[in-house]
Amino acid sequence: MSEAATHTTIEAVVRNSYGRLVAYLAARSGDIAGAEDALSEALGVALQRWPIDGVPQKPEAWLLHAARNRLIDAARHAHVREKTQPLIQLAIEAGDVAASHAPFPDERLKLLLVCAHPAIDVAARTPLMLQAVLGLSAARIASAFLVSPAAMDQRLVRAKNKIREARIPFRIPDAPEWPERASFALDAIYAAYTAGWENAVDDGATHHALAPEAIAIGRTLVQLLPDEPEAHGLLALMLHCEARRSARHTREGKFVPLDQQDTARWSRALIAEAENHLRVAATFKRIGRYQLEAAIQSIHAHRIASGAVDWPEIALLYEGLVRLAPTIGAHVGRAVALAEAGNAVAGLDALDTLPADRTVNYQPWWAARAHLLRRLDRCAEARPVFERAASLTDDPALRAYLLDQAAR
Amino acid sequence: MKYLLLVHLPKTSLDTPKDPADVAAGRAYGAALQAAGIFVAGVGLGSPENATTVSVRDGKRQVQDGPYAESKEFLGGFVVIDVPDLDTALAWAARNPSAAHGSIEVHPLGGAYFASAAK
Repeated sequence: MSEAATHTTIEAVVRNSYGRLVAYLAARSGDIAGAEDALSEALGVALQRWPIDGVPQKPEAWLLHAARNRLIDAARHAHVREKTQPLIQLAIEAGDVAASHAPFPDERLKLLLVCAHPAIDVAARTPLMLQAVLGLSAARIASAFLVSPAAMDQRLVRAKNKIREARIPFRIPDAPEWPERASFALDAIYAAYTAGWENAVDDGATHHALAPEAIAIGRTLVQLLPDEPEAHGLLALMLHCEARRSARHTREGKFVPLDQQDTARWSRALIAEAENHLRVAATFKRIGRYQLEAAIQSIHAHRIASGAVDWPEIALLYEGLVRLAPTIGAHVGRAVALAEAGNAVAGLDALDTLPADRTVNYQPWWAARAHLLRRLDRCAEARPVFERAASLTDDPALRAYLLDQAAR
Repeated sequence: MKYLLLVHLPKTSLDTPKDPADVAAGRAYGAALQAAGIFVAGVGLGSPENATTVSVRDGKRQVQDGPYAESKEFLGGFVVIDVPDLDTALAWAARNPSAAHGSIEVHPLGGAYFASAAK
């Protein structure tokens, strides 16, 4: 095998197995950082050996075996007997699994649940997931979350320390705990999709820095939890938004609002995949926040076939959403849907009754309010509101669009 | 692993006389910890006004009346339990009757120092 081909193979193995290997080791040691260290050392050895020796037949087993050596080193350096014993136990187990023919157990669900554990700071959950499951660097995650790499690194280290020191268990919780724990994991994945942006569903969402990563974890979660309708719902939501990525800007880079996007530029494949997950979710007859949000996006997608948007239906779905998950984004979406369905006065009222402390810096609220004022022919009032909306976005294309609207 | 559950109560609870039902609930909680075989130590504390705070600065002992930090909450008691993991510790913290009006701070006591001191 050529060196380039070997590198491609190594990359593919890492992409497919990184999270599984970290999860396997961490679920046994309770130590995510230790698992990552052992694995990164193993990968370093692989990069040296595989181009010479060829890629082993069972690359994952090989990596696990190599990681085992690192664990034994760590055990040797641990001074406390309580810490040495579990590491040696883990090294033996890892060696056994590496040598056996059975595939090693997939512990990624436990890892995802630990990353989104309620005892972990909300701001650390999504970064932790991205790093432990996909192996993203702290610097890469930091840039998506618009914080400094040092601050992100500190956040990650602190969370991993807490998981180890407070002994947060790698387990799949039972019925009473399950819905809440599952929703934390879903929220953390969704936060990866919306990283660096306030609201992915907002038609101005343009720079999803981690969208492919979030969708990868979403697909994994659906594999791990095929009977959880909200996992399908979340994936459907992200896929629908992703399907429109290239239609959000003209070829010249100008922003295009959702209802004016050229449907020929929407990805049919992603929409079909999203619709499929939404159908699967519906068979469980357990509605949830993400299924509703995906259903709203699904109605927008129907414009491909019908040429029109069924706003009354969208308004109805938002009524359900604000009851289930009364986020500021859902309330703004509901107000816009009311207006588009023919009742602009009610829409504007709905916006104006939202608490000012939640709307003052919320860009979609200002954009929605400006549009509704214009719809009611209150153009003079709309102008400064468009300008305010423009001042609250960091996306140049969206800013230019809003300023253009203000000038009309 | 051992976990310390610190029971923080609002100061307002000092002003009202103790409800016998609360006392019974506290006793039942202690019995449940014993029955589960996880109780290591624990006690309810009296009024924070009876606490005295000691520190040594420049070799000189300083003694002050009252608890360490004056705040709206006070340390009402503590429990040390021995359970396998944080989820189990959190479940027992939530069962503490004081969790309904105060809050329970859960600390892992897994450090090497504690382990060697406890043995």
